[in-house]
Amino acid sequence: MSDINISERQAGDVTILDLAGKVTIGEGSVALRSAIRRLLGEGKNKILLNLGSVGYIDSSGIGELVSSFTAVNKEGGSLRLLNLTQKIQDLLAITKLLTVFDVYDEEAEALASFS
Amino acid sequence: MTLQEEFKLPSRIESVDEAALKADDFAKKSGLGDDFISSIDLAVRESVANAVKHGNKFDESKIVEVRLAKSSVGFEMSVRDYGSGFDPEEIPDPTNPENLLKASGRGMLFMRAFMDEVEWENAEGGGTIVRMVKKQ
Repeated sequence: MSDINISERQAGDVTILDLAGKVTIGEGSVALRSAIRRLLGEGKNKILLNLGSVGYIDSSGIGELVSSFTAVNKEGGSLRLLNLTQKIQDLLAITKLLTVFDVYDEEAEALASFS
Repeated sequence: MTLQEEFKLPSRIESVDEAALKADDFAKKSGLGDDFISSIDLAVRESVANAVKHGNKFDESKIVEVRLAKSSVGFEMSVRDYGSGFDPEEIPDPTNPENLLKASGRGMLFMRAFMDEVEWENAEGGGTIVRMVKKQ
């Protein structure tokens, strides 16, 4: 069984990736990297990552969020985060990455921020 | 009474999950609470991942040794690799503004954040041992 499931939705020109499972060293991080690269290859560079069903993330997964953020920025796009669990919020606070990412609790608000 | 468990793992990514499962079983048998177990889980994953990746550099001929103990002090854990060692002082602070966008280098920060004591030492015979304590 896969550690992570990533499903894709489109809302206007914003692509929403719903992540469920674990974003950890190995499979989870690689799956996220592949999904972001594929979207950038398709010219989709407004990306909202919904982390509400991510039960676990480690430093490798946090690193992959940062890599995704910089990769999307390089393409002139924007990657934002939705529905952080308390644990992920704690880890982003410890790493001072809450100052880097745009984070939203409501999907509608997050989508509006792209326009 | 001190409960103790030791195990050895090969230097591959799957060992991170294996170590976390064993530590979770051990912590539950020791009667530790959920918040405590969550901190241990993160620390064991980060330390074993470091041992596999940075210490033994995925060389499957080298093992990772894990020791878990529960005493009146709390939970103690040590993780040993057989790599070439490193100086923790030379690891850049990932929270410095110039390092914020680096893709790696946050594992030690997490270990320090979720455990009460964390120290690294060069092991006799080579490699690194990280010892961690979570007080009860």
